[in-house]
Amino acid sequence: MSANPLPIATPSRGDAPLRPPTNYQTRSMRLNSIRRYAVNHLVTGLAVLSTVLVIVPLVAILAYLLYKGASSLNLAFFTHIPAPVGETGGGMANAMLGSGIILALASSMGIPVGIAAGVYLAEYGQGKLLAAAVRFTADVLNGVPSIVMGLAAYSLIVMRQMHFSAFSGGVALAIMMVPTITRTTEEMLLTVPHSIREAALGLGVPKWRTVLSVSLRTASPGIITGCMLAFARVAGETAPLLFTAFGNQFWSFKLNEPIAALPLQIYVYAISPYDEWHRLAWAGALVLILMIMVSVTLVRIYAARGTLKGAS
Amino acid sequence: MSLERELEPPSPLAAPSTQTDTARLHAPAIVNFVASAEPVAEERPPSPIRQYLSSCSNGGLADGTFAAVMLVCALSIFAIVLFILTILIARSRMSLAQFGFGFFTRSAWDPVSGDFGALPFIFGTLTTSLLALAMAVPLALGVAIFLSELCPAKLRAPISFLTELLAAIPSVVYGLWAFFVLVPIMRDQLGPWLVKYLGWTGFFGGYNFGVGLLTASIILAIMILPIISSITRDIMQAVPTSQREAVLALGATRWEMIRTGVLRNARIGIVGAVILGLGRALGETMAVTMVIGNHPDISKSLFAPANTLASVIAGEFSEATSSMYISALIEIGLALFLVTIVVNAIARALVWAVTRGAPSRVH
Repeated sequence: MSANPLPIATPSRGDAPLRPPTNYQTRSMRLNSIRRYAVNHLVTGLAVLSTVLVIVPLVAILAYLLYKGASSLNLAFFTHIPAPVGETGGGMANAMLGSGIILALASSMGIPVGIAAGVYLAEYGQGKLLAAAVRFTADVLNGVPSIVMGLAAYSLIVMRQMHFSAFSGGVALAIMMVPTITRTTEEMLLTVPHSIREAALGLGVPKWRTVLSVSLRTASPGIITGCMLAFARVAGETAPLLFTAFGNQFWSFKLNEPIAALPLQIYVYAISPYDEWHRLAWAGALVLILMIMVSVTLVRIYAARGTLKGAS
Repeated sequence: MSLERELEPPSPLAAPSTQTDTARLHAPAIVNFVASAEPVAEERPPSPIRQYLSSCSNGGLADGTFAAVMLVCALSIFAIVLFILTILIARSRMSLAQFGFGFFTRSAWDPVSGDFGALPFIFGTLTTSLLALAMAVPLALGVAIFLSELCPAKLRAPISFLTELLAAIPSVVYGLWAFFVLVPIMRDQLGPWLVKYLGWTGFFGGYNFGVGLLTASIILAIMILPIISSITRDIMQAVPTSQREAVLALGATRWEMIRTGVLRNARIGIVGAVILGLGRALGETMAVTMVIGNHPDISKSLFAPANTLASVIAGEFSEATSSMYISALIEIGLALFLVTIVVNAIARALVWAVTRGAPSRVH
């Protein structure tokens, strides 16, 4: 030991065969190491715990919704209009139809504008300041509360016409759809390889045909995903419809009249004092959430199988 | 190029700007070859192929129109923002003129005498949003860390799918659940427990109806969790793997790797995600309206019923009768619009600063 020619850091084999290998860690280093590993395990545990804490309310909400909704769902729910207070039975058939009408209106206005704006951002605006500004505005508009959209549609249409209408509800929802669809379309178009575009242009295809038949077509699975997600998002919106579509207890087919909508009906029934209406609200919530979930899931499967796996 | 000009001055072939230089160089040769088949004449009539080509437009008009339509649609996004702003200002002019800036510092809310002030709603909005953030941010960070760093690959897809489902549940359904499940729990179990153990803080005084600031904050926290955690996860995944490997190679434990290698690199983006969640919480309407109690009051107790900017609009707009009442509510909407625009702009800028190099994802 005394005549060890080697540096301290490399313990030699034949040095002291009877002693255990020298441990160069001091006590504080060992404690520090224990502390570090303890903290590591603690934080890992906390991360797992928080994930569990997040999953639990979701499962609780879904399970309770399934339980309450399934027990109160029946055929009349899909075929009848709301019964007057005090009578049992009745359904939300008119609300489902109304939701369909409003959503069709919103989609027919919002989807073309959204896709076109996305096409501009991806195909014409790359690297331009204007496009960056549009992109940023779309992102910001995405975060504007839905009730403000309702207020704007109310101020523009309802105040002028002096009555609530399905059309104003459609406008409010369309405004909400535009920024989401714009951003998805842009991101999906950016995943289309440049070589495909160049091939089309090289064949003498004009740019507009290239965009329509090559870029958009290639990116269509992703764009459809984006449209469906935007659709699912506005399908559950209540706040913009509160004072635009307003709700209706009867069948309504005219765009110029107040119309019932499923989320609106759920809200009205939930805050009412009648048990029968509460039952219908649960059934409505189940139907609404199943519709949204089925569309989101279908979209995910479709996007995963699509030609381009660009969709989230 | 000049040769071709002499031969065929209004050449449709040369017109499209998409033509490359090589195409232009070869063009005269083709013209000569085609022309030689024709009988020699002083004034050569244009060949059939040239006639066909010149009968076709070069697509310039269609291209220009298409580009213009796309541009107009893109500009419509600006137009929407400007339109919302102007129409809200126009419709709230009455209240703006009557109360001025003092609208936001007065706590009166008396529709009968037409005296309006937004302070109680600002208080309610800030309290619920900040409480919700305080509850949601640590959990969301934990979920994001779990999903991006710790999670076994098998679990990752189902869990992120579940959190995305949470984000897809409509606000009114959360409200329904909160109204029938959370409120009784709050009234009968959690509320008394809080009074017993935390009553000394003074935040849990007064009568506990089950509805109020705290219930609204809890449901808000549940609602903004998926947004914060999914964006945070994306940002953490945008941190290069080499950073993680470098820290691990220095002998760090996994948590030290996450802390110094990932969180420190992603901190700006995480702040952005949190602010994005704040923006969502500020404007959340239906679920809050259903459980906050709808009472324009400023109270120290978290059990007290209150109102937020969004919930007062949702709750009172359809029963507002006087034009001053409507005007005041629209002014609240205007304030909400401006605040969320600013909050979202800050958040987006922060998120963008971190993820600009990474492949883009749809949130």
